[in-house]
Amino acid sequence: MADTPTSNLAAGRNDPSLDTEGLKRAFHDMLLIRRFEERAGQLYGMGLIGGFCHLYIGQEAVVVGVQMALKEGDKIITSYRDHGQMIAAGMDPRGVMAELTGRATGYSRGKGGSMHMFSREKNFYGGHGIVGAQVALGIGLAFANKYRGTDEVSMTYFGEGASNQGQVYESFNLAALHKLPCVFVIENNRYGMGTSVERSSAASQHLWRNGEPWGIPGKQVDGMDVSAVNAATREAVAYCRAGNGPYLLEMSTYRYRGHSMSDPAKYRQRSEVDEIRQKHDPIDHVRSQLLASGVEEAELKAVEDGIKAVVADATEFAKTSPEPDPAELYTDVLVEA
Amino acid sequence: MATDILMPALSPTMTEGKIARWLKKEGDKVSSGDVIAEIETDKATMEVEAVDEGVLGRILVPEGTEGVAVNAPIAVLVADGESVPEAGGAAQSAGPSAAPEKVEAAAESATASKPAAAPVALSAPEPEKDWGETSEITVREALRDAMALEMRRDPDVFLIGEEVGQYQGAYKVSQGLLDEFGEGRVIDMPITEHGFTGMATGAALTGLRPIVEFMTMNFSMQAIDHIINSAAKTLYMSGGQMGCPIVFRAPNGAASRVGAQHSQCYASWYGHVPGLKVVAPWSAADAKGLLRAAIRDPNPVIVLENEMLYGHKFQCPVDEDFILPIGKAKIERPGKDVTLVGFSISVGTAMAAADILAEQGIDAEVINLRSIRPLDIATIVESVKKTSRLVTVEEGWPFAGIGAEIVMQIIEHAFDWLDAPPVRVAGVDVPMPFAANLEKLALPQPDWVVDAVRKLV
Repeated sequence: MADTPTSNLAAGRNDPSLDTEGLKRAFHDMLLIRRFEERAGQLYGMGLIGGFCHLYIGQEAVVVGVQMALKEGDKIITSYRDHGQMIAAGMDPRGVMAELTGRATGYSRGKGGSMHMFSREKNFYGGHGIVGAQVALGIGLAFANKYRGTDEVSMTYFGEGASNQGQVYESFNLAALHKLPCVFVIENNRYGMGTSVERSSAASQHLWRNGEPWGIPGKQVDGMDVSAVNAATREAVAYCRAGNGPYLLEMSTYRYRGHSMSDPAKYRQRSEVDEIRQKHDPIDHVRSQLLASGVEEAELKAVEDGIKAVVADATEFAKTSPEPDPAELYTDVLVEA
Repeated sequence: MATDILMPALSPTMTEGKIARWLKKEGDKVSSGDVIAEIETDKATMEVEAVDEGVLGRILVPEGTEGVAVNAPIAVLVADGESVPEAGGAAQSAGPSAAPEKVEAAAESATASKPAAAPVALSAPEPEKDWGETSEITVREALRDAMALEMRRDPDVFLIGEEVGQYQGAYKVSQGLLDEFGEGRVIDMPITEHGFTGMATGAALTGLRPIVEFMTMNFSMQAIDHIINSAAKTLYMSGGQMGCPIVFRAPNGAASRVGAQHSQCYASWYGHVPGLKVVAPWSAADAKGLLRAAIRDPNPVIVLENEMLYGHKFQCPVDEDFILPIGKAKIERPGKDVTLVGFSISVGTAMAAADILAEQGIDAEVINLRSIRPLDIATIVESVKKTSRLVTVEEGWPFAGIGAEIVMQIIEHAFDWLDAPPVRVAGVDVPMPFAANLEKLALPQPDWVVDAVRKLV
């Protein structure tokens, strides 16, 4: 194998891969996800969003850093914590929010909900509610890329909790065996629901090495630093595009909110959350980088105001759109030949 | 601008809760993410975080209050320096309270106007198309020919499974395909059903058309989550955006002396699932025509083959374009006294029973279902209208089986034509035994069908 697995955690914060323009885009996209998710949480509290709702707050640097390393045609698939991926992929916040509220104008016309949205146009393949299932599906996206002879890659996200599922290792084997262009992205936010990674994985300190038996190179990345995420992803994607087979990235990140909305948060200390929010917040980090590089406070304020308007518009759209027509109950079960 | 902080719903089932404790007091500054209160829900005590920034202007519901309804104002948030509006709730609530009411109203109207399920078309079945000249081939050859023809026709079709390539098929069904299509399209898989079924399903979501061969349908249980949750449901969950054109095929049901884990019928399992089509060929013509249709179908299709039938020879149309529609049953033997309905190997059981009955002066009509889902109930109804008696035959277990479904639908659609209670002939309700005598006792025999019919006429 060409690449020896390494950890670049130490190098993370100082990685210079994103220039000022890149950091501006990252700031915008991360803040959009943050504000969108805060509003989703609020709508849930008001009863406008029902069922499950898994917020992405705290993990924004992961999807934004990854997305900025992709090109048109690359495919994305993830778990039920999917709002961040969708917004990063360029899906319309209106359609996402309207799906969260179960309206006809949502991405799945109100039939998917928080966990199940898709976009052929943006190559977003869901939104999957069975933990780990998206990993086997993700290598299928990579298989399709290879079958068609393209150089596109499949970005296959899963949590550190899912990394204990058997099919993940079946997928590692198949992807390596067939040299599939798949980047496995473990979003290690430290907790699978209420169980810490230390309590669930015997390899909790080095999930990035989980592909070693199959020769899959891996890297541990500071997932709170969008530049580090971007740099590592560029390397992984280049490796896959060149036909070398899969690559594994472990993003060390953190979710500020509960697993879902009804999470009593008894498994971790409030101080742990506060510590990360105050000292390692990915958006604050980029904000200070931008200010340090001479960007005016007013410019960032304008970005924030713009995002506020986008989220307010999406919220209004999601609240005022009609529910699906009752006849929709029976549509889309089968494709009519 | 003053904003009401509303009692949040903190779980999918919460309608009211108790304000256990306020962690901020009036006059405190709060910023987004600060914990302002603890609320006891129906599940747990949970922290409530502020969404907006400002100053906690007034607490409307003191701590210790129980039964606070979701969406009731519990406090007022004001901007720094702003005065608190008098008399309770602020003018501007954190969200229009009209919206949830609207949702309830819409839900009620949806219930009131619940559309009836699509009516079953009960028009008389069309006669089978005459495909002309036939020749005798085995079911095994028919299946291989179907795959070869479709792979020549569409480069997006490929075959994937254990031993499909170099080994030439565990049951020799894929014999010769590797030589013709190469290892790019006839793809050997390691013994990893969960993984490769997910992989093939993912490829199908992009529009490729995989044929997944399981060595036997029993092993599809390793992968059943992908078949049901990933393949069958994605079209619906995506609002029609993302279909999954994939075929899952394998020998199904009992073979011979292979014991409980390798002898099971999946017709009822897969027939249960909306979003799947399920076919079960008996003859070589069924196998060729239905598999071709399955490969061309834009939906996931389960093809229930049968190992015992692979070597059987049948007449099959030689026409290059021969194909059968999914969802149409075939009357294999017309008769007027009783309707026998079977699928896959049970069609043979029913045909043998019909021969015996004929010797006894009873004229049985035998229907070959061909398709489990969609089920061609119209053909069965037409037959029952003529015979007034129904016996279903299957190797699967009787409980919640295909026979149970057919009988129920006949009660719904043709109750008045029945002259006797319908009867199910099914596999015995036990795991499959190994001993030759016990295995034979567990599987429907022609005599069982004859006995069932004798009780009806």
